[in-house]
Amino acid sequence: MTVLTALARVAAATGGRAVPTKTVRHVHLSGRPLVLVAAQLAGEACAPLAVMVGDDREKPRLLSVYEPRDRAQRFEFAAELAAIVLPAIERHVEEERHVGEDGGAGPGDAGRPEPYRDAPQLLVPNRPTAAFLRLLGRSTRFRRTEGTYAVPAAVPLLGRWLTYFAERGEVTPSAQLLPMTAVLADHWATGQSAAEDANLAALLGWIDPPDGMSGHAAARAAEDPVRCPPAGPVTDPTFDNEVLAPILAAVHDATLTSDGARLGRARAAMDDALRGQLEPTWGLMWRAVDLLAALPAAAHVEQRWVADRWSFTNQVAWTRAGGAPQARRDSAVAAAGRLARLEREQQRLAVERAYDDPLVMAEYRMTGEAFAGEVVTAEQGRLVAESGRRPVLRPLVTVATSDEVLFEAGAVLKSPARPGQQARVTGVVPPGTPGAHGNTSGDRRTLVSLELKGGMGRSLTPPPGSLPALGEHVTFTSLRDDFQPAPKFPDKQDTPWTHGGPPPEYVPDDEDAREAWS
Amino acid sequence: MSDDREPRDARGGEREGTDASASARMVTDAILADLAKAERGVVVDSPPGAGKSTLVVAAAASLAERGERVMVVGQTNEQVDDLVDRMAREHGVLRIGRLSAQDYTPTSRVARQGNVTARTAVADLIDHPVVVATAAKWSMLTDPGARWPWAIIDEAYQMRSDALLRVAHLFDRALFVGDPGQLDPFSTVETERWLGLNWDPMSSAVAVLLTNNPGIPVHTLPVSWRLPATAAPVVSAAFYPFSGFTAATGLSDRAMRLSTHPFGITAFDRALQTAADSGWALFELPHRHTLRTDADAIDACAELAARLLLRGAVTVSERPGGPHDVTADRIAIGVAHRDQAAAVKRALRARAAAYPVLGEPPRDVTHVVADTANRLQGREFDVMIMLHPLSGRRDATAFHLEAGRLCVLASRHRHACVVVARAGIPELLDAHPSAEPVHLGVPVKFPDGWEAHQSFMAHLDKFRVPSGG
Repeated sequence: MTVLTALARVAAATGGRAVPTKTVRHVHLSGRPLVLVAAQLAGEACAPLAVMVGDDREKPRLLSVYEPRDRAQRFEFAAELAAIVLPAIERHVEEERHVGEDGGAGPGDAGRPEPYRDAPQLLVPNRPTAAFLRLLGRSTRFRRTEGTYAVPAAVPLLGRWLTYFAERGEVTPSAQLLPMTAVLADHWATGQSAAEDANLAALLGWIDPPDGMSGHAAARAAEDPVRCPPAGPVTDPTFDNEVLAPILAAVHDATLTSDGARLGRARAAMDDALRGQLEPTWGLMWRAVDLLAALPAAAHVEQRWVADRWSFTNQVAWTRAGGAPQARRDSAVAAAGRLARLEREQQRLAVERAYDDPLVMAEYRMTGEAFAGEVVTAEQGRLVAESGRRPVLRPLVTVATSDEVLFEAGAVLKSPARPGQQARVTGVVPPGTPGAHGNTSGDRRTLVSLELKGGMGRSLTPPPGSLPALGEHVTFTSLRDDFQPAPKFPDKQDTPWTHGGPPPEYVPDDEDAREAWS
Repeated sequence: MSDDREPRDARGGEREGTDASASARMVTDAILADLAKAERGVVVDSPPGAGKSTLVVAAAASLAERGERVMVVGQTNEQVDDLVDRMAREHGVLRIGRLSAQDYTPTSRVARQGNVTARTAVADLIDHPVVVATAAKWSMLTDPGARWPWAIIDEAYQMRSDALLRVAHLFDRALFVGDPGQLDPFSTVETERWLGLNWDPMSSAVAVLLTNNPGIPVHTLPVSWRLPATAAPVVSAAFYPFSGFTAATGLSDRAMRLSTHPFGITAFDRALQTAADSGWALFELPHRHTLRTDADAIDACAELAARLLLRGAVTVSERPGGPHDVTADRIAIGVAHRDQAAAVKRALRARAAAYPVLGEPPRDVTHVVADTANRLQGREFDVMIMLHPLSGRRDATAFHLEAGRLCVLASRHRHACVVVARAGIPELLDAHPSAEPVHLGVPVKFPDGWEAHQSFMAHLDKFRVPSGG
C-alpha cells in the first residue's frame, strides 16, 4: 500500500465514505454489457448450480441445474447458457461486405482493415467468478459433438468463448472481462481492508451508502448473508444446509417418482431459492455499472478498447476458419510469448494511466519518478547547431517545483501534455541555492532546466501550443511509452532441449470426450 | 567483478595450502572434468562469494584450450564487462570477443585489454574462441548458422527461463553457474497460469533446465571467500541448510575497527561497535506499525552509515596492505522496496548537506549505495546496513518473507552487517506462519522463507542494541 492509498483509506474510514482515488474511469464500459452472476455447488471444483445472466437489467435470465452432479444436466445447462451468451457475442460480428480474391483470411488473421465496430464485454462480480468461467470454458471446449457423450455444437463453442474471455481477463489493459470488485476498488479507497473489498456488497456500501447510513454501517450490514447473499460462485453455507439441501432432496425424490407435476413444483421451488440468492448481486452489479458510467472515461480508454475489438475480430476469424480450440496448456514457446506480451501491455497500461490521471501521477511524484511545477523561464526559439549540421530547435525551459526531484542531468523525461516531445534534464538547482531564484530568495522550490526535442514540427519556429508557455503548470516524468520491439522466440517445432524439445501436435480424439467434467 | 571486490589474492599464494582452498580446488577440478564428458551440461550452485566468476573464467579458458568455441552469457552489461576484464587479465593469450548492442561504449576495463575485441556483429567475432555478451544481446542474434558447441551461463538462477528459451538454440552444451539462494527471477505480471508446467516462463533457467533434463549433474562450491567467519555459518544454516558452505577465512583473518572515539556514546555507536566486534548488530527501534517508508527506521539507516564514516572505520583482512579505510562506496544500505531506497537516499543527502565533512570524498555519504535487494544481487561491500523487510509491518506477506530477499541482504558484506528493525519481528513471524498454497508439479521451496527468517532472527537476538537504551 502506498502512502497515498493509505492516506485515502484513512480519510475514508474517518469520513465514513469511500474516497475516489482516480479522477477518471480507466476501463471501457460497454453500452450493453453482458452481466453474469454465478453460483456453484459447494464441494465440487466446477459444478454450476445457477447463473443469472443477461444484457438487460430489467430482464435477467436465471438458469438452474436441478441436479448439479448429473453430467447430462450440466451439458443441458451449458447449451442453455450458450443460447444466451453466443447471440450476445454474435451481435457484434459484422458480415464481410466484400471478400477479395485473397480475402479468405487464414486462422487468426481477420484479413480486414478495421476491427468490428464493437466487441462484447462480460461483467462478473469478482475474480473467483472469472476463475469459475475459465474452468467452465476448460471443461466444455474440448467436448465432441459426435460419438460417445456427444453434446450440442453450441457447447464446445461456448467453451471456446468463455476461455477467450478468461484469457482476455489476464491481459491487464483489456476490458472484455471485468471483475467488478477489482474495478471498483481500483477507483475508490474504502475504510476497510483489501480482503473485505472483495465483497461486492460491502464495497458498494462504502462507495454509495444508503441515505443516512455511513459506509461503515452499510458495509457491516452487507456482511449479513441473509440480506446480502454472497456474490458467488461460492454460496452461503447456511443456505446450502438449510435451504438448498432439502430442495435438492425434494427434486431428487420427485425425479424418482416420475411425477411430472411434483417435479415441476420442486424445480420451481429451487428456481425461487436460487433467484433469491443471485438477484441481490444482480442489482448490485448494475448499480456499480451506473457508478462507473458516471465517471468520465480516461483519454487512453478508447485506444485500449480498439485493441480489444481487434482481438475479438481475430478470434471470430480464427473460430470461423476452423482453428483449433485454445490448448489445454501453453507450450514453452507460447507461454514465453504470452508472458512477454502481458508484461509489455501491463507496462504500457501503467504509463497510460499515469498520463491520463493526475492522481495516478501523484504516486509517481511521491516516489521521485515524476515532478510537477510551474514554467518560470522559457527560451522557446533556442537553436543548436550540432557539428556542421543545420541548426535545430532545442528550446530550454526551467520548471520550479516543490516536489522532490531525484533526477540528475541527462535523464530523459516526458510530459503527459506533450507525449511526442522528449525533455532532457540539463540541470537541477536545489532549493535555497543563493541567487538561483532571482529576487524571490524565500522560494523553497527546486529549479529543473530541461532541453526539449521533438513534437514541434519541422520549421524553426515552434507552432503555438507545442511548447510549455511561461507560467504553465507542467508535469515531467521518467515513465515513457516508448515503442519496444517484441522479443523473438523460436518456432514451436524448434523448442530447444532445455525446454523439453518440440511438443507433440494436438489431434482431437475420443479421449477429449471422456475427460472428467470437474 | 572489479579487482577490489574480488579477493583473488586469497585464493593464490599464501592460502594455497589451507583446507578451504584445497576443497574449493577439488570441486573445481571435478566440475572441469565433468565438462569434458558432459552430454548436455553441468549446473554449479554457488553460495554468496564462493568464487563463481573464478569458475566461469577457468571453465571458459579450459574449454578454449581444448579447442572448443565458447559463448558466455551474462545478465547485465556490468557483469559481462567484469567477466571480460578478469578473463583478459588472467588469460593473456586468449582472444576474447565482447559482443554488444549498438549503444554500448566499451568501459575502460574492457577497452584497455589488448586481447579483447568489442563488436556489435557476431560475424566479426566468429573466429574468437570466447565470445561474451548479455542474454539480451545473444537473443537478438539473427544469423541462422550461428552456433557454439559450448555456452557458459552466468547468474543462471537470476535468468528467467523465457530468456533461456531465446538463446538455447545457439549452443549444444552448457555450463550453468549461479546462486540458488538469491531472489528468484521476477515478473510484474501476476498469474498462476503456468504453475507446474515444466517450462514455466516465470521460473529460473536452472529450474526449467533441470526439470526437463533430470540427468544433468549439479555441483556445489564449498567455501565463501566473501563472507567472514562470523557470517558464513549463519547464512549457511538459514539459507543453504542442505548444501551448506564454510568461510574461507578464519575468525582472526578479518577485523573492523572504529579509529576514533565519539563525543558521547549513542545507540548508533553501540550498534556499530557491536557490529565491529562480532560481525552482526540488530539496531532495534521500539515496536510500532508503520508505513513502508518508516521515517525513524530510514533515518537510523542513514545515521548508521554517516556515523560509520565519521568514526573512521578501518578493516584488516587477508588482502595485503591493510588496514583499509571503509569508504562510502564500500557501505551499502539494503531495503525491500524502491520507495524505501529513495527515502534513504534523501536522508543521506540531508546529512551531506548538514555536515560538510560528509559531503566530500572519501566520506561523501551520498556515495553510500542505497538500493533494493534485487539490485544489490551479486555485489559486495565491507559493511551492509539493512532495513529488515518485516520491520514495522502488520503482516508477513510472501514478498516480505521471501528467503532470497533476506539472503541477498544478509550476504553482501565482507566485515559486518547491521540490521535495522522495529521490535516485534519474531512475534510477527509467530503470528503469520507460512501459508503459501502448494501447487501440483511445483517443487516446494526449501528453505521456506518463514523458517529462514526465524533462524536469522534467533541469531540476531544475541546482538540486539535498543535504539532508546
